[in-house]
Amino acid sequence: MRPGLARGAIELRQSLTGPDLVGHLLWPVVTLVALALLQHRDLGAGQSLGAYALPGVVGMFVALGMLLDVQYLSADREDGTVLRARAVPGGITGYLVGKLVTVSGTVGLYVGVVVAGGALLIDGVDLRSVDWVTFTWVLLLGLVATQSLGLVLGALVRSPRSAGYVSLPVVGLIAISGIFVPLTALAAGWQAVAQVFPVYWLGLGMRAAFLPDAAAVAELGGSWRPLETAAVLGAWALVGVVLAPVVLRRMARKESGSSVAARRDRALQRVG
Amino acid sequence: MVVEVEGLRMRYGSRDVLDDVSFGMERGRVVALLGPNGAGKTTTIEILEGFRRRSAGRVAVLGVDPAHGTEQWRARVGIVLQSWRDHGRWRVREILAHLGSYYAPYSTPDTARPWDVDDLMAAVGLTDQADQEVRRLSGGQRRRLDVAVGAVGRPEVLFLDEPTAGFDPEARREFHDLVRRLVRDHGTTVLLTTHDLAEAETLADRILVLDGGRIVADGTAADLAHRLARDDEVRWSVGGERFVRSTPHSTAFARDLFAVHGEDLADLEIRRASLEDAYLALVRQAESGQRVAS
Repeated sequence: MRPGLARGAIELRQSLTGPDLVGHLLWPVVTLVALALLQHRDLGAGQSLGAYALPGVVGMFVALGMLLDVQYLSADREDGTVLRARAVPGGITGYLVGKLVTVSGTVGLYVGVVVAGGALLIDGVDLRSVDWVTFTWVLLLGLVATQSLGLVLGALVRSPRSAGYVSLPVVGLIAISGIFVPLTALAAGWQAVAQVFPVYWLGLGMRAAFLPDAAAVAELGGSWRPLETAAVLGAWALVGVVLAPVVLRRMARKESGSSVAARRDRALQRVG
Repeated sequence: MVVEVEGLRMRYGSRDVLDDVSFGMERGRVVALLGPNGAGKTTTIEILEGFRRRSAGRVAVLGVDPAHGTEQWRARVGIVLQSWRDHGRWRVREILAHLGSYYAPYSTPDTARPWDVDDLMAAVGLTDQADQEVRRLSGGQRRRLDVAVGAVGRPEVLFLDEPTAGFDPEARREFHDLVRRLVRDHGTTVLLTTHDLAEAETLADRILVLDGGRIVADGTAADLAHRLARDDEVRWSVGGERFVRSTPHSTAFARDLFAVHGEDLADLEIRRASLEDAYLALVRQAESGQRVAS
């Protein structure tokens, strides 16, 4: 456990210094700028797009941490990082704890940038009126749910290339999860699909934290539905926490010097 | 016995990659698994490392079945992996200190774990690169780092799979010195695989020749040379006429030549059968299906 935390701290420092930081900041900043430019578009019911969408964007970036897990895991398997961890006592646990720290820290950075930038750039976002208790539990539960699922997905994909394919359905999911457009504007079928997955509930929970209670009328059922939010996010967290160790152990068992060598040869062939 | 293997079999589909492999290794010894590509060397060492499950047979490393090795067992086993680009942004000192920290709970009064990072870097000759990022190391430095990572937990047994593949001769010699120092100074038991006979000869106390999934010869380099030796070749000339003879007793044969021809004997040349010839012949023979009893 302790080596894992140290590992996460070292990796986080590496990924937040130098050119990598630019890559990490790009998406939150671009999203913020787009929101700031479109913020005054009227959504009806006295709501502007900027203030409505900002909390959803916070939820979205929490969910995107999932894709970071998938990317890291597939890359680390290809280059032998996972095998190295396997050769060390307690190494796989340390590796996974480290990964959770790294990704959660990165997600924390995204959320910080979006929240702070939103308060500065977007009218109607007032940090003094945010319900920080709701914000905190939605964030934590959402992190556990999405991180554990991300690790499961990351263990299942075969190569960094397939990691790219995983991002497509996730982006599609975000599109139908009421982040930018209220779910009530979508067909009932899409609404049902969106409500199965954690992205919608992360957005909803964050809106409950950021928006005044009167804004709940725009939601399905005219309520923030905190119990349902906790139930769905909690269920995904449970599935992830139960499933992740099994899938990850299976993944680690398959790593050996020759499997890494085979992947290296394939990767070098792609380049050459 | 540090390593015991009995009747080891590995089967993929209907093909036996390892067929009834048996050997044992005593403490403080260096054993080389020698054989051509595809002989089953890597499969054997990965089974011993606990990275691969076997189909049948009994295997024990430090008295434990690697397929069910605990973390406690893992802490006593060192594996030298061929790095590629993992941990590229870590500094040499950072990665060694980090990976070493996993071994701290397994420290015993006899064996302090992990190896002190500064001592370890000095032992593998990476002191000057301590604060360098791993991705900026040269190929030879990287392999020394791989050895350091394998040794950081002060393992009782160290596994190396094709450790010098792709090395230039200079780097290879450095690497051999490093392994010999580890064995001499720390009593580490070493098992390495190689397809290079010269490497097996310089490093190993004992050579196991693996071919087609079977052990076809087992012994010291001298044993193998002796057992596999074919006749030496003696060439000479008398009065301008040249002669060639093959004989297992070249020295005695030469003495007779002197006795018979005296001053007339010229151009005497004795070529000993090299171990290399013997090894190649052995592999060729094994591949053509005629097994050599060992």
